[in-house]
Amino acid sequence: MNFDFSDDQKQLRDEARRFLTEKSPPKAVRAVIDGKEPYDRELWKGLADMGFLGVAIPEAYGGSGAGHLELCVIAEEMGRALAPVPFSSTVYLAAEALLLAGSEAQKQKWLPAIAQGHAVGTLALFEGAGNPSPKAIKLTASNGVLNGTKKPVADGAIADFAIVAARTASTGRDTDIALFLVDLTSEGVEAKALTSIDPSRNQAEISFKNVKAELLGAPNEGWSILSQVLDRAAVLVGFEQVGGSDRALEMGRDYALDRIAFGRQIGSFQAIKHMLADMYVSATLARSNCYYGAWALSTDAAELPEAAAAARISATQAFQHCSKNNIQVHGGMGFTWEFDCHLYYRRSNALAVGLGSLSYWEDQLIERMRKKNAA
Amino acid sequence: MNFDDTPQEAEFRAKARAWIAANAPREYEDELKKAALGRIQLKSANILEVAKAWQKKKADAGWAVPHWPKEYGGRGASPIERVIWQQEEGVFGKLGALFIIGHGMCGPTMMAFAREEHKLRYLPPLASGEHIWCQLFSEPAGGSDVAGLRTRAEKDGDDWVINGQKIWTSGAHHSDYGILITRTDPTVPKHKGLTMFFLDMKSPGVEVKPIKQANGQAEFNEVYFTDVRIPDHQRLGAVGDGWNVSLTTLMNERMAIGAGVATGFPELFDFVNNLTLEDGPAIENPAVRSKLANWAVRASGLRYTSFRSISALSKGERPGPENSIGKLVAGAMTQEVATYALDLQGASGVLNSPEDAEVAGKFQAMLLRSPATRVEGGTDEILRNIIAERVLGLPGDIRVDKDVPFNKIPTRGRA
Ligand SMILES: Cc1cc2nc3c(=O)[nH]c(=O)nc-3n(C[C@H](O)[C@H](O)[C@H](O)COP(=O)(O)OP(=O)(O)OC[C@H]3O[C@@H](n4cnc5c(N)ncnc54)[C@H](O)[C@@H]3O)c2cc1C
Repeated sequence: MNFDFSDDQKQLRDEARRFLTEKSPPKAVRAVIDGKEPYDRELWKGLADMGFLGVAIPEAYGGSGAGHLELCVIAEEMGRALAPVPFSSTVYLAAEALLLAGSEAQKQKWLPAIAQGHAVGTLALFEGAGNPSPKAIKLTASNGVLNGTKKPVADGAIADFAIVAARTASTGRDTDIALFLVDLTSEGVEAKALTSIDPSRNQAEISFKNVKAELLGAPNEGWSILSQVLDRAAVLVGFEQVGGSDRALEMGRDYALDRIAFGRQIGSFQAIKHMLADMYVSATLARSNCYYGAWALSTDAAELPEAAAAARISATQAFQHCSKNNIQVHGGMGFTWEFDCHLYYRRSNALAVGLGSLSYWEDQLIERMRKKNAA
Repeated sequence: MNFDDTPQEAEFRAKARAWIAANAPREYEDELKKAALGRIQLKSANILEVAKAWQKKKADAGWAVPHWPKEYGGRGASPIERVIWQQEEGVFGKLGALFIIGHGMCGPTMMAFAREEHKLRYLPPLASGEHIWCQLFSEPAGGSDVAGLRTRAEKDGDDWVINGQKIWTSGAHHSDYGILITRTDPTVPKHKGLTMFFLDMKSPGVEVKPIKQANGQAEFNEVYFTDVRIPDHQRLGAVGDGWNVSLTTLMNERMAIGAGVATGFPELFDFVNNLTLEDGPAIENPAVRSKLANWAVRASGLRYTSFRSISALSKGERPGPENSIGKLVAGAMTQEVATYALDLQGASGVLNSPEDAEVAGKFQAMLLRSPATRVEGGTDEILRNIIAERVLGLPGDIRVDKDVPFNKIPTRGRA
């Protein structure tokens, strides 16, 4: 058994960590949070130059074609560094949708642009409160023209194109949903930035008024493609959450060693030690679940749906657990704007709902386990 | 990243599988499968005899404690081969519960500290299940704080004379030998005055009194020592070095207990899958699903964490303190799972006989046994300390008794 990343993959992780430590320090994250820029363009360009944006994009489409395990190790570092760039929307959602269902022309047009950092993409799925569900999609497509509003759309105000989930019929079946690829500079598109609990990542409302759009994939397979894209993204975002958990744990540990109260390092108080031990436990369980997800993703295994849901739940819990307790370990300092604790707290709670909430994935996991059991 | 065996591992697995297929006591397979935490019994036979017979059969074919050296009754298997053996032995491994302490803790301690002639004499019958061993560490005054023990050993000629009391000693009532830690010098700080021995449990002056446990069973005992004589050549390690010897035992204990601990989740999932509540199948209830999902990811997290350790073993790395999370997570989890399974059973959750209770009383047995999992082999709190100190590098607890002679340390909290 070799249930671990290879030495080359670990080397790539180190390389990504070095790069992001330098190019995405908390100062850079704060520049975006303070609203100076909607995302860190320089970092984005740097990621393209390093080849990180196209790591899972085949060479034929301008990527390096390394693969999804490589993307997982990079994702972990993106999460650890809280990189303020539209990486997940572009690379996990838009690029994966294109790879899964795009026409040759669509792939040729957009994938190289993604790999080179020239195009930001996103997935426009949600229409207000709620979880991924065909029923919740009201935006209509008829004769290749979209009408309706999506909100929130991650990175929607900075994206060049979007994959839009639209309703083509009202039979009440999953096959009513189709995906469309929309150039967001098209006539009739209007994007408005929204404020969010994590301003280091852009959120937007996008309205479509008689917007011409091209179909992505077969017209009746939109929902099925979307589910696959969400499963893949669940693993990849899981790695971002694992990276964030580890960093929050590390910050808490370092502070516990540094801060003195009652004449002792606070890390010598058992209440603090045990809190940090529990953070380690949840981060470790999440990492192991995500490794399994990575294996399933990289081998396109039949276990992917179940593995993805488990990775998603475990990683969401771990990042929320670690980031909130990191603040607790830091005491009053932890609640200052100046300390970085809240950056992780914000990101953990934003990631927790971005692909559908915890309860949604819990439901998915049990449904999938149940189906497997019945089979 | 893959789950495949290396060619050597595959070869070992094939051999183990073939031998088990041909030799395992299949007639008990169903009963063993159904056995839950805290209730491993056989209706049709005496479990002790079945367990001993299986162990003997393994020993004759060279499969007993495969990772021990050949001359001590093993087959010199590597750590990864040990894991493969356990995977293949599967449900029949449950028969080994009786030998865990001997094989997991006493044996390795003997191997590290006993004289060669003793190893050759005592280890093979321990491996083959002919002899059962127990671990005489805990005392009323020294459990988590093992070094707080008071059982005295005094030198008398070539012998040591032992007086005192041990407690919570699993299996002492059917043990042939035991490893015993004693205090040989009460005038020095507590970790310095300890000495380790092994002894014949049939020695005059050893008295074993079974303790009835909270779950009604009696696996552990009080053991009293009255002028028990142990020859000096049965000492393990130097006089005064018992603490270091005990660390070897405890390290092995965490590995033996931490590997493959049950979580109760597969049993719970099975149960819920077949349960109908007032408003339909339990598995369709959103609240039930949410609970299940939480435990599902803890169980899978543990499973894949152990796969990561196995991969490290496969590369020749040693298991480290991070393995403490196995028992920590699984212990708390079986308790929660059992509580919830009873909750789902409503009023009948209270029933406890295998005949009347749902699913043969599996969860009732688990409920009543699980508190022990969180205590034996290191409490949850001690395991958290280990993670905090040895994995995360946080400071050790403040030790007020560190430099105090043992006989000056207070014995009760309230005057
Ligand atoms: C089923 C079972 C089988 C056993 N078998 C054996 C056996 O075969 N041989 C043997 O030698 N022993 C055996 N034990 C004993 C076991 O190792 C001890 O019970 C265990 O180490 C705890 O010690 P204690 O019972 O004295 O509890 P205590 O040490 O008195 O603990 C009481 C409470 O204080 C807490 N505590 C203690 N120290 C600390 C600390 N430093 N920080 C934070 N909290 C602390 C504990 O976590 C616990 O909650 C067995 C126990 C059980 C339940």
